[in-house]
Order: sequence, then C-alpha cells, then structure tokens
Amino acid sequence: MIVKGHETVLVHGITGTQATFWSDKMKQYGTKVVGGLNPKKAGTEHLGLPVWGSAKDAAKEQDAPIDCSCVIVPPAAVKPSVLDALDAGVKKVVILTEHIPVHDTMYFLSAAREAGASVIGPNTAGIVTPGECFVGFMPAFNERVFKPGNIGVISRSGSLGTLVCLNMVQAGYGISAFVGIGGDPVIGTTTKDALQCLDEDPKTEAIALIGEIGGAMEEEAAEYAKTMNKPIVCFMAGAASPPGKKMGHAGAIVMGDKGSYAGKKKALEAAGVAVLPTPSMLPDALKGRLSA
Amino acid sequence: MNFEEHAAKPLLKAVGISVPDSGLAATADEARSIAQRIGPCVVKAQVPTGKRGKAGGIALANSPDEAHAEAGRILAMEIAGFPVRSVLVEAQVPIAKEFYASVLNDSESKGPLLLFSAEGGMDIEEIAEKHPEALLRLPVDIRQGLSADALANALPQVDGVDRGDLLTVLTRLYEAYASNDAELIEINPLIATTDGEIVALDCKFTLDDSAVRRHKELAKSGSPEKLTELEQRGQDIGFKYIELEGQVGVLSNGAGLTMTTMDAISHYGGEPANFLEIGGNAFTLGKQALEVVLGNPRVKSLLINFCGAIARTDVMTGGVLEAWDEVDPQVPVFWSISGTGEDEARAMLKDKLGVEPYPTMDEAVRAAVEALR
Repeated sequence: MIVKGHETVLVHGITGTQATFWSDKMKQYGTKVVGGLNPKKAGTEHLGLPVWGSAKDAAKEQDAPIDCSCVIVPPAAVKPSVLDALDAGVKKVVILTEHIPVHDTMYFLSAAREAGASVIGPNTAGIVTPGECFVGFMPAFNERVFKPGNIGVISRSGSLGTLVCLNMVQAGYGISAFVGIGGDPVIGTTTKDALQCLDEDPKTEAIALIGEIGGAMEEEAAEYAKTMNKPIVCFMAGAASPPGKKMGHAGAIVMGDKGSYAGKKKALEAAGVAVLPTPSMLPDALKGRLSA
Repeated sequence: MNFEEHAAKPLLKAVGISVPDSGLAATADEARSIAQRIGPCVVKAQVPTGKRGKAGGIALANSPDEAHAEAGRILAMEIAGFPVRSVLVEAQVPIAKEFYASVLNDSESKGPLLLFSAEGGMDIEEIAEKHPEALLRLPVDIRQGLSADALANALPQVDGVDRGDLLTVLTRLYEAYASNDAELIEINPLIATTDGEIVALDCKFTLDDSAVRRHKELAKSGSPEKLTELEQRGQDIGFKYIELEGQVGVLSNGAGLTMTTMDAISHYGGEPANFLEIGGNAFTLGKQALEVVLGNPRVKSLLINFCGAIARTDVMTGGVLEAWDEVDPQVPVFWSISGTGEDEARAMLKDKLGVEPYPTMDEAVRAAVEALR
C-alpha cells in the first residue's frame, strides 16, 4: 500500500478535469505516469502522454509492466475499469472515485483477491511517499505538508490526513508515507492492512493513525497494534457526531454501540495506542513516545 | 435510502417469497374497506424506522370496525419524529414459529453476509446477544452468488418447517438483495404458519444511496430522508448539510476534517451548529455554503476551516469571498486555511477582508468558541 518512485502508474480517466490537474501534479512530482485511459480518445496524447483504450492495450504497448492503476472514472465505469486493470496484470489499484455502488465494490474486491492484487479505496485521496512520488489527490508537492521524514500516516480522509501531516511537519517531524484508505463502507485496504504495511516499512519509525467512527476497522487494527513495537498515536474523528446520521463518509455512521467512539478508544488504548482529543495534539504525544 | 414495509414487501413477492394479503390505507375509512375484503387483520403504521410495535403502532383488528378504529388512532400518531401517513392493513396469519433472516453488505468480509436465526421475534442485536449459537453467519462471494451447497451445509436443523422450503426462501432473499443493490434486506419475523408455510411478516429494505441512479423506478417508492428546510436546500444545491443544536457554524471541506472541526469545537467547550462539507466535487460551492450556514439563526460565530487535498482552498475561499458582500455576515468569522492553494487563498482573504487566517485549526476553534461568551 506504499507506492515507490520506480513504480509505473496508469491513470484511468486521465482526460477528465480533476484527473488532468492531478496527473500533471503527479508527473511533476516524480511519479512515473506512463499514460492514461479513455476509450473514446484512444490513440491520442494528453499531457504529452499516450492515451489507450484499455489497460490491456496499455500493458501490450509498454515494455515494463504497469505497477499501479490510479482510477478516476465516473462511478458507473469503475467496476469494468478495475476488472480491466486486473486482467492486464496490475497488482496495485488506487481508486479515487466516490459514490460507487457497494455491490460493484464487493465484486471487484473479490476479483482482486483472486488476482492477488491490492486495492486502495474506493473514495481514497491517495497515497504519498514524500520526496519520491504520489498517486491521488494529495498536496504532496507542498513542503509544509509533506516534508520527508519517519512518520507514517494512515487516514480515511484526505483533508484530515493533510491537516495531520501539516501538524507533524510544523512540529519538526517529517512524513515517511501517507496511506489514504478511503471513506467508503467497504474498502480494499483496511486500517489494519495499512498499519501492517507501515510496520514493515523500514523508513517508518512511528505512526499517526487517524480513525473515524463507524465500522470495526479500528478495533481490528488495535489487535494488530498489540504486536507492534513502533509507537502509535491516534486521533479519531466523530466524537461529537450524533448517532445514526451519515456524516459525508458513508462509513461514518454509528448504530447503537457498534462503531462508537468510546468502544474504539478503549480498544486502541488497551493496545497501548495514545488516543488524543484533537489532531494538533498528535506531535506532542509522539515526542514522549519516540524518546521513550 | 430506507423503504417502508409496504414498499419493501413487493421486492420479496417479486422473487416468490410469500407475504400476507394486504392493502395500504391513508384514512380509517380505507382501512375499514380493506379489512372487509381480507377479514381479521393487523393494522401497521408505515414509518421508516423500527420499534413500531413498542410505540403502539401495530394493532390487531378482528372486524372492519376495529380496523377503522385502530387505523384512526395510529394515523394520528408520530413515531420517532415521523408522522404516520399511512397504515398497512394485512391479513392475520396463524404463527407457529418465528425466524430471522437478512442479507447485508458486510465491511469485514467485504462481501454479502447472509444471516439466519431459528430464534426470531426480536431484533438482530438481541438475537446476537442472547442466542449467538443460533445465528448463522454465511459470507457470500458476490461473483459466485449464494451457493446452494454452502447454504445447505451451513443451515442448522430447524424444526417446524420443511428444510427444502426454507433453503428456497433464503436463496430467494439473496436474489432480492443482489438484484436490488440492497445495503440491507431483512425479514423479521419470517414465520412458519401452523400449516408449515413460510411467510414474511415484515420486511426492511435499504437501497444503497450510491446505486439509486440505476434503480430510478424503485427509488420512487423509497422514503425521502427527513430534512429540515436548510438541509433540503443543501441537498438541492449538492452538498451534505446537517443541522445541529449548537451555536458555532461550521464551513469545512472533507467529511473527516468536518467531523474533526466539530470534535474540536466541542473539546474547547462549544457546540457545533451544523455539519457542512464542501469537499469532493462540491468545493466550488463556497458561495451557497456560506448562505446555508448563516441561514441558521442559532449561529453566533462562524468557523471556516479549509484544508486542501483535492479540494483547493483558493477555489473554496474565492467562492466564500464572492458571496461575502451579498450575504453580509453579521457574526464574527474565524478562518483556518492550509493545504492545496493556501498561498492564493491567504492572499485573497487579506486582499478582500484584510484578515489573516489563524495559524492552526485549534486556535481558530478556540477563538470561535470564545466569541460566544
């Protein structure tokens, strides 16, 4: 779930307005964008890059395999687009599109499992390896937010993830990796998967985990955290959200006690994770733990 | 999108699951004439929420006159904030045994999950707590569909009902789930009659909001969300606005950041007046957002907290500033801006209002809460 500077990236839907803006930023930052997809514009060029009709066509015309697909197509087109990437042998699929029907998501996640591919998202803001490359909608190029360093950050939300990275950098830390896992109720890479990935990442020495009410991912991550030596600090959004309401992220909904702030906080604290009331308190909490 | 019982049951009927004969009534007179046709009946409030029985929204009626009286009483009720606008008048069925069955989107197994319990007649949380051993949890691979073998192997011995019939009903329930983009489809209770027939006495159906586009006809019979006037305006414009009880107005971007802004307000001793996020593709709606937030008369101070990833802070700030003179905010406003486009956004703010954003979100929040005192 980390993307490396040498990995090649194919942007599905590269000709869209947002995709154009962000593909250009990715390229400038150093991401190896090899081209993009748009069946209606196959054979043309966009941002000086080739446009193909399918990932399979792209893979055929590329000498090197495509390592990563970055999917920015309309919701109804995501399922065939991801299946196309899997057919072409892509092993890492980052899905930025939001409002994808959940049955579609479950379908391509099942296909990805069979193909041995990782899916990040849907509805993720992307992943960043500061100083190397990024895939998604993240201000990686802003040095005040993404100075390279040794803190790994996990977040469902792009905007909140950005704020936490900024807080870390303001406090004198740097970021080793940002993993945006996405705000949808059903997602490929979970909090626990991302935690494990950062645990294994040699550049990451400590982790800022940004949780959110709803679901059971933080509880599951807490189980894994018990086995870790790297310090973890956590902020969980949604303490002040009324139960039973969808707060923008479909995943962030509390029904009864399930997915509640209190339950998650308890599970994480039992695993030795420091849970803080606002994100700006994370750097200070880390200070004590890194020197300990 | 939630569906009331009368709108959900046709989905079961369409796949061949039995439901009692019934009719929908908006008045007591209509209820009486339906009861004349179907005989002894149950009069059930139609509201998009559970616990109707406990609230007194379900009553037996053994004659058309009783149906008339009960319908009149129930139609005057409000259940969990929902005024009862119609009742389902449904034939009474002799119950021998009650079960529970549902299929839902499961985030843990990342696929459909079929639930069945031979102990029914209570809600699923209670079943899971009191009879965890009786609860069948069968994950399904959505690409393969529900496997008849897997279901037959997993289903425990169930008394009082033909096993083949029960397997058929569960298979059909999965079909209804899969063909209607359900987030949840639940039959509780699913019953065996004294004759051994399997009948669905209730049905709860939630359509995935992201799949409404491909079920336009079906969505017409769903219950619209209960919205305040301002919430409706937000929805019409294209962003999510939720009205809350507090006095600090919130204008932010991204669901996570907006929830966090609310958390920080409450951490520093205030209360948020709303949830409003203009992230995603809504970040060009700064102007409309300002109008809606300040449309709430409870708002005594306004916190504008932008942190740009995909949402560009310069575009959002520009939108808000464009509306500034027209909306003419009469409450103190506190800014925090960081991330994509922050330099341009800061410059615009300085130029238009002569103010600088607070250096951190926490400082802006504290100031906004302080301003209430």
